[in-house]
Amino acid sequence: MSAIAALHDPARREESAADHESGKARPLLEAVGLTKHFGNFTALNNVSLALQAGEFHALLGENGAGKSTLVKCILGYYRPDAGDVVLDGREQTIENPRDARRLGIGMVYQHFTLVPAMTVLENLVMSRVDVPRVVDWKAERRALIRFLETMPLKVPLDTPVDRLSAGERQKTEILKQLYLGSRVLVLDEPTSVLTPDEAREVLGFLRKRARETGMAVLLITHKFAEVTAFCDRVTVLRRGIKAGQGTVADLSIADMAAMMIGERDLAEVPDREATTPGSSPVLRLEAVRSGDAATRGSIAIEALDVFAGEIVGIAGISGNGQKRLVDLLSGQEAPDAGTLLVKGEPYDASRAAAQKLKVRCLPEEPLRNACVGRMSVSDNLAFRSFDRDAEGRRIRLLDRQRMRSEAERLIAAYAVKTQSPSAPVATLSGGNVQRAVLARELQGETDLLVAANPCFGLDFGAVADIRAQLIAARNRGTAVLLVSEDLDEIVALSDRIMVMFEGRIVYECAGGAEADTTVIGGHMAGHG
Amino acid sequence: MTTDLGIWAVPLAVLGGALRVSTPFLFVSLGECVTEKSGRINLGLEGTLVFGAMAGYGGSLLTGSPWLGVLIAGLAGVLFGLMHGAVCSLPRVNDIAVGIAMMLLGTGVAFFFGKPLIQPAAPMLPAISFGGWSDVPQLRAALEVSPLFLIGILVAVLLAFMFKRTRLGLIIRMVGDSADAARAMGYPILPVRIGATAFGGFMAGVAGAYLSLYYPGSWNEHISSGQGLIAVALVIFARWNPIACFGAALLFGGAGALGPALQSVGVTSGYYLFYAAPYILTLVILFFTSSRNRALDGAPRELSITK
Ligand SMILES: Nc1ncnc2c1ncn2[C@@H]1O[C@H](COP(=O)(O)OP(=O)(O)OP(=O)(O)O)[C@@H](O)[C@H]1O
Ligand SMILES: [Mg+2]
Repeated sequence: MSAIAALHDPARREESAADHESGKARPLLEAVGLTKHFGNFTALNNVSLALQAGEFHALLGENGAGKSTLVKCILGYYRPDAGDVVLDGREQTIENPRDARRLGIGMVYQHFTLVPAMTVLENLVMSRVDVPRVVDWKAERRALIRFLETMPLKVPLDTPVDRLSAGERQKTEILKQLYLGSRVLVLDEPTSVLTPDEAREVLGFLRKRARETGMAVLLITHKFAEVTAFCDRVTVLRRGIKAGQGTVADLSIADMAAMMIGERDLAEVPDREATTPGSSPVLRLEAVRSGDAATRGSIAIEALDVFAGEIVGIAGISGNGQKRLVDLLSGQEAPDAGTLLVKGEPYDASRAAAQKLKVRCLPEEPLRNACVGRMSVSDNLAFRSFDRDAEGRRIRLLDRQRMRSEAERLIAAYAVKTQSPSAPVATLSGGNVQRAVLARELQGETDLLVAANPCFGLDFGAVADIRAQLIAARNRGTAVLLVSEDLDEIVALSDRIMVMFEGRIVYECAGGAEADTTVIGGHMAGHG
Repeated sequence: MTTDLGIWAVPLAVLGGALRVSTPFLFVSLGECVTEKSGRINLGLEGTLVFGAMAGYGGSLLTGSPWLGVLIAGLAGVLFGLMHGAVCSLPRVNDIAVGIAMMLLGTGVAFFFGKPLIQPAAPMLPAISFGGWSDVPQLRAALEVSPLFLIGILVAVLLAFMFKRTRLGLIIRMVGDSADAARAMGYPILPVRIGATAFGGFMAGVAGAYLSLYYPGSWNEHISSGQGLIAVALVIFARWNPIACFGAALLFGGAGALGPALQSVGVTSGYYLFYAAPYILTLVILFFTSSRNRALDGAPRELSITK
């Protein structure tokens, strides 16, 4: 936890405390007694929250606690069943997000809300309240370039959003809100896909903006380091109820964690057992090329081996070809040249090959890439196994009963929070979708597991669970390829680390305590 | 009075055909392009087209002005569009099923009301001649163009401009591409879709009036040979680009004229095969332009067929 200490700045604390005395008079934004039901499930029960001008407020809670629901009610995306939103002391009816925008309340959503086929430029311009009838793109581009020059974040303006990596999309979302100049800014897990440096830069910048302009920021996050380093006050939700609130300076991380989960023990991350790596690799890539050479996101990998019983971590800033690598291994793309071997056999990522060679995959944005949102949790959990019976023989008719009991078992084993196994998977909270997919991919025997950003958006309990699962899989002899933009995660979990830059593997070193993050960071940025 | 042109008669006829036959394709596909861009498919346009043909013909007959007939056809199309748009806005209603129902409804109602219109002769739309400089009569005939064709080109250009440069166009694209994003940015979804479907209905109605008031220029129950349906496919073929819709409509019109043209120069065997030219051409072009990597590039993601 040294990072936290480094970020901790006592001078700032005093200043923020002073601010509170003066700001106590009237909060900028107040949510009073918000309640929201989905069917007969209460996602939010009489929750109140006040934001002072210029403050940085953290909203904490486990996956599914109701954080996103709360802010969506404030933003007019959902209509609360009870409760009011008060802005500047005046009660406001916010019918839709556009009303919120007009009042100066902006939000960065957890699930991206950019239009995929439109360019960054078009998305930014269209998010304004006062889009002119006829858009002068030249002038807009000039204005935006000027705006971007003042920002610490950079995004390519003319790339359609669906070509951007998750990290770049997130940056675009944040830039969008800054561009709109919101008075109240709600950030729903904005840093999950940013590198630690980027996250610090963005939050530091937002914090400065809040201080200078009196903007209020509500930050939903699962990272305590961000709370202690940047936030003034914190509100904690547990199962739709406000479990606590306080000033960050008065609370320890343990206090906040206790408020979040109540009395419960966390999964113990198992020790790395000594494994005997086989003599031949489980996964081998030879001279693999994909995508137009030297364009964004293309890859050119000379050699990449993953042996049984080890975790190979692929580090890199998003947009350097990691997405394409995972797409190749999960069958979303075919390589233009080179060979992909699993256990010595050519691997085309078809369902048959994946089943035969026991390859499993946890892609990023699992709701989009690994689930069918409108199908039930139980159906989604059965995607790998619905056509096999308990002994692995092919069956022709679905065994609904077994699917359901399997689903119940997995839901319990991986603590997936859902209203029932038959609820559509799209109604699960972000983190629970992740757990459900991991539950599906890790059942049965797995020889090769490809995991892309597996802890994206998970609460600390779930992160511990999932890391434990990955290590356990490794200890069982599974070869794990871990692609992650979270360098800390890579360092903590990997036996070997490779750095990807512009589609090539530019650096390799040992993981764990021996890894030097400054050196790795340098290679990630392209100067190694 | 005709000059013998030999084999040159064929390309001339194809050109003339392209200019004449393409107009209904152009109008329906432009309208459908807007509808699909907003995230809905309206297969009912075939019915709207037939109803528009009847309404246009009747309107021209009653008012004595073919242009009023066109307007009436367009407004009738708007009604059909609004109906489709509104029904599809109900929860759990599938736009394709509603479209098929509306197709049958439109043709049925048109035949019902159109019975008395088969005999009388309504005033026709005028033509503009671009062939005055030539003294080859066939060329002059080929260059007789309906003002609606020119209006169609103008609409295609305007729509392309709209999708690129105007707020309205961008909102339509947004609603068709990501309803979530549009909602998050606070743009209304259903009104935009209903409006876009109404516009598609208007264009299909006008296309119908073109059929009955210009070419072939009469009202009967065989007025349409499926233009309304084919135009829906043309939109996909043109990858939701209005200018490409124009190109596709021309290509289709020209290919459609190939069969009659060959027949007119005395090719008597196998010309039926050439009647299939537009469809074969479509398949061939689709085959050669398809690519695994950009199969649905440009496709609005909210469409029920791409979702
Ligand atoms: N549209 C919906 N329909 C039904 N249930 C929903 C819907 N949206 C959310 N829920 C349920 O409400 C609860 C709270 O969800 P919410 O998305 O607010 O959680 P969260 O605190 O943001 O979690 P996470 O950290 O995983 O993002 C969850 O149990 C979820 O399943
Ligand atoms: Mg959430």
